[in-house]
Amino acid sequence: MSISTQEKPAVASPKTSSSDVKIAAKDVCVFYGEKQALFNVNLDIAANQVISLIGPSGCGKSTFLRSINRMNDVVPSCRVEGLITLEGQDIYDPEIDVVELRARVGMVFQKPNPFPKSIYDNVAYGPRIHGQATGKAELDEIVERSLQRAGLWNEVKDRLESPGTGLSGGQQQRLCIARAIAVSPEVILMDEPCSALDPIATARVEELIDELRQNFTIVIVTHSMQQAARVSQRTAFFHLGILVEEGDTDQIFTRPSDERTQDYITGRFG
Amino acid sequence: MSHSLIFAVLIVLTLIGYYFGRSQATGILRSGTTGKLHSLPFYHGAYLAFMVLLPAMGFIITWLVISPMLADHFMAQYIPGAATMDAATLGLKMSDVRNMANGGITSGAVDEATQIAADFYSRFNQISLWLLSVCSIAVAIASFHFGRKLIALRFRARNHVEKIVRVIMIVASMIAILTTLGIVLSLIFETLRFLQKVPLADFLFGLKWSPQTAMRPGQIGSSGAFGMLPLLAGTFLITLIAMSVAVPLGLYAAIYMSEYATPRIRGIAKPVLEVLAGIPTVVYGFFAALTVAPMLRDLGVELGWVISAESALAAGLVMGVMIIPFVSSLSDDVINSVPQTLRDGAYALGATKSETIKQVILPAALPGIVGSVLLAISRAVGETMIVVMAAGLAANLTANPFEAVTTVTVQIVTLLVGDQEFDSAKTLAAFALGLVLFVITLGLNVIALYVVRRYREQYD
Repeated sequence: MSISTQEKPAVASPKTSSSDVKIAAKDVCVFYGEKQALFNVNLDIAANQVISLIGPSGCGKSTFLRSINRMNDVVPSCRVEGLITLEGQDIYDPEIDVVELRARVGMVFQKPNPFPKSIYDNVAYGPRIHGQATGKAELDEIVERSLQRAGLWNEVKDRLESPGTGLSGGQQQRLCIARAIAVSPEVILMDEPCSALDPIATARVEELIDELRQNFTIVIVTHSMQQAARVSQRTAFFHLGILVEEGDTDQIFTRPSDERTQDYITGRFG
Repeated sequence: MSHSLIFAVLIVLTLIGYYFGRSQATGILRSGTTGKLHSLPFYHGAYLAFMVLLPAMGFIITWLVISPMLADHFMAQYIPGAATMDAATLGLKMSDVRNMANGGITSGAVDEATQIAADFYSRFNQISLWLLSVCSIAVAIASFHFGRKLIALRFRARNHVEKIVRVIMIVASMIAILTTLGIVLSLIFETLRFLQKVPLADFLFGLKWSPQTAMRPGQIGSSGAFGMLPLLAGTFLITLIAMSVAVPLGLYAAIYMSEYATPRIRGIAKPVLEVLAGIPTVVYGFFAALTVAPMLRDLGVELGWVISAESALAAGLVMGVMIIPFVSSLSDDVINSVPQTLRDGAYALGATKSETIKQVILPAALPGIVGSVLLAISRAVGETMIVVMAAGLAANLTANPFEAVTTVTVQIVTLLVGDQEFDSAKTLAAFALGLVLFVITLGLNVIALYVVRRYREQYD
């Protein structure tokens, strides 16, 4: 098991074939009441790679992110049209249970939001509600493994029972990442995960994202062009609710095909 | 000149002071002086207004305190044999004189000495009022002139006005605090008097409450027992019943309103629920006594239980309903203030709504909820009208909710209703009970505020 997961990055090259498409969006339109926030977005996201969604504020990148795990369901006026599939399965199909979907598609938020519980309980929360651990020993193991993967284990292993809210901002965000990966999702969505962190904590989280790519498909919304360039293999540029262009990160940042992308990444607007 | 006229004149002078100060400040500007006025003309006006009003007010208040003392002191010298009288007799004589001077009724036949004293008294008061009028207005005008001279280009009127306003606010809060302090002190002193008649241990730990004491020698059935345990037991029994109604109902209502209800329903349901808090407790009281209590009694007859017509259960149930809005409203606010990011975090992990509420939101809101429950308890302990009307007067030491019990508040009411003499243990017992009640509710409130504050520190 562990061998196969470690071999995966070798398989997942930046050039993706259509066969290992993890998430596919076809003609996705999102409305908040009367206002349309996304216009006919078509985007394929390949497995085991990091894709950055960039664009100016209000361009719809977070909206797109939140429609992948149906977090928009919480917003009463929100309506999603078009098709989003996870491994070929329509996630807005009434057959799909949103609880199961979110167990497969985890999310990390802009602001670290640990629960007011102990560090241990924060990480154990997801496995507990999904019944993924059969006993205390197995749960302990999941918690330890998740914290290790999130690079937090050495810092907190002696105080697992102290409250998660007592950690520093960067540690809290890594705790939230550990919490998300404890459920063993296939995809992790990150909504500006470093915007509330200082540069050192940011570097730590970026390193982590790169490591996580081995096991997870990661979609990250970011305002930092450098971050997008550092962590992602693919980049998608959104503008005014339209997916302007999507391609290999190198290509987007060096030879964008659209003038708007060129303007945005060179800092002419946004 | 009457008192109200003096105040009217002062107010007019104050307004004049305001306009004068303002126009003088604008006058400085118009006169072509170079430089900038330190404070806006408004502040110069306000400063002068305060200068007119405050010294005169201070003078009047001092006068009104001192003048009656002086009047009494001099008047006593007209009463024959005042030096040899005891305090009570002298007091009676003096109030006779005052009544007579005010054209009222005296306690006995009017003798010549009283008449002379009364004449002096009313003349003294007339002179005093006249002096007050002249002097207070003189003070106002003098301070007006003093203040006027200060107005200049760089005069810091704004700073002075702000300082005065701050002092006024301090005085306002001091009055509230001192009133509270006064009430507490009066409770304490009367309680100490009570404890001279009844030993503390008997009061705190006695099992029998029967406050009737003999007023005449040879009166029957009036030994007097002041053990407050039956009252405390009754209070806590009713509080327990009330809380077991209010906490689940209030909490569920709060969870529904903050997590499930649409904004439309919430907009209607929340105010309606809060109307419950606006119903006068006496209305709840007769609802309990006339509707709920007989209903329970009839129910008891059918089930074969003995439920008395005045029962702890009836009072507790109705009190519970009354307290629902206290629990629901506060808990609702607390639950709403749990950050949305926490909910998102739980949903994103695949938690269902009820899992999110049970495992994330309620633990996060728990300190606030505990605080609201504690406040509701202190409200229940101090509640009077419902228990007076529905719980009965019998001081039973019982844990049976079907029996009539009585509470601390009910006993205070019955002890103080009607003609009372303030040297009997019976009357003073009311103050001791009041102090006990005060200590209990104060303790609960302090704990509640502490818990709520700890919660606030976590999120803001």
